[in-house]
Amino acid sequence: MNTTEKPSAGSDTLSDNALVDLAAEFKNSRIQEVLDKLDRELIGLVPVKTRIREIAALLLVDRLRKQFALTSETPTLHMSFTGNPGTGKTTVALRMAEILHRLGYVREGHLIAVTRDDLVGQYIGHTAPKTKEVIKKAMGGVLFVDEAYYLYKPENERDYGQESIEILLQIMENNRDDLVVILAGYKDKMDRFFSSNPGMRSRIAHHVDFPDYSPSELMAIAKLMLGGQNYRFSPDGEQAFAEYIPLRMKLGNFANARSIRNALDRARLRQANRLFASKTQHLTKVDLMTLEAEDIMVSRVFQDNGPETKTSDTK
Amino acid sequence: MMTNPGNRLTQGQFSFLPDLTDTQITAQIKYALSRGMAISVEYTDDPHPRNTYWEMFGMPMFDLRDPAGILMEINNCRKSFPNHYIRVMAFDSTQGWETPRMSFIVNRPKKEPGFGLVRQEVEGRRIQYTIHSYATDKPESDRY
Ligand SMILES: Nc1ncnc2c1ncn2[C@@H]1O[C@H](COP(=O)(O)OP(=O)(O)OP(=O)(O)O)[C@@H](O)[C@H]1O
Ligand SMILES: [Mg+2]
Repeated sequence: MNTTEKPSAGSDTLSDNALVDLAAEFKNSRIQEVLDKLDRELIGLVPVKTRIREIAALLLVDRLRKQFALTSETPTLHMSFTGNPGTGKTTVALRMAEILHRLGYVREGHLIAVTRDDLVGQYIGHTAPKTKEVIKKAMGGVLFVDEAYYLYKPENERDYGQESIEILLQIMENNRDDLVVILAGYKDKMDRFFSSNPGMRSRIAHHVDFPDYSPSELMAIAKLMLGGQNYRFSPDGEQAFAEYIPLRMKLGNFANARSIRNALDRARLRQANRLFASKTQHLTKVDLMTLEAEDIMVSRVFQDNGPETKTSDTK
Repeated sequence: MMTNPGNRLTQGQFSFLPDLTDTQITAQIKYALSRGMAISVEYTDDPHPRNTYWEMFGMPMFDLRDPAGILMEINNCRKSFPNHYIRVMAFDSTQGWETPRMSFIVNRPKKEPGFGLVRQEVEGRRIQYTIHSYATDKPESDRY
């Protein structure tokens, strides 16, 4: 914390014509590090990154205002993340916890990720303690509710999910200093969830939409993932993967970056098999690192070009 | 002789001090959490020193990172039992079993009548002593 020492005993408030240094405050929060890391490690996602920048700016300015005792209510930072599978919602939520911690908005900066099963009980009287236990664990950090719409089952009016929603609503209103709630899920289902739970919608300040990745972004993600695991494509291998991406995107159950991760895992398997089968006595470091075109081309995606339904690839 | 003016119950940590403020309670809980302890909130209207087992207000809380959740439970307990004794306990499991490491009172009745010393004359005019809480003369729920 960088509260400037002032000789004037009594209050810490700055005088009306004092100057504060936004740049210094920004530097002190070391937020740039996190934003840079975000840029480096997450490909694309421009609208998401922009929103994170805006939130960081808001919290910084809020801090400066406090030095002049310009009080305002703690800004609400509950969010909803919508987007297709594998677009990076969970990954960004984790980063969000870290960013909010650096900005001093949450005290601990951990993330508790839950789904309906963790919040909703099986019998009367089971749900409230269960939801509250999760909330207590998330305090000081971020509560991430994945596929939040499963909390609400309109076809069953006695569903216990409603009880959980009510507790969440209350906590989101009264304990804004203690935790940030992020709801995530697919866009259309989330929209339906919000329209039947207006209380939830009004408590959420930031609706962030995660766009699908373009083929070139997916390629960049692939290279990033490979780099992180000390692999790389040979030039032919890269060419083959560039052909693979649009074919894979056309298939059902395409899950953006997650499908890429799975494809790479399979390519690594094939590379190992290829090396093993070749019975070469001497392998170089480069051999062990390189994915060749044939490691990609044997994929079923290239075999028949009709829509494949049996790729076990969703999660 | 008046040894304990006001008859304030002195059990556990800090009980000779003025009541802890919520900020002070939070700081204590923070310490316990930083040591990985599990924390429970308990209440009673029978504060006899030999009454080790107070009622549990909900389950002990494991794996919390921040004191706010526990303070929330303390306040819920104060709301339900404004005139009972409430204490916070912290348990340490580093030895493979749960050991109470901390225990302190966070709520007490407005009036604490305290304890009386009872003398019982037994055979040979020997005296047996015991202490007795005045409050427990009354039925549960009327005690404080
Ligand atoms: N922009 C990106 N750059 C690099 N890697 C990414 C990016 N987006 C996602 N990934 C990677 O893709 C994988 C899936 O991402 P994540 O789990 O965050 O998706 P999700 O949106 O939560 O999916 P779901 O809705 O199915 O839960 C992760 O391994 C993550 O590291
Ligand atoms: Mg996810």
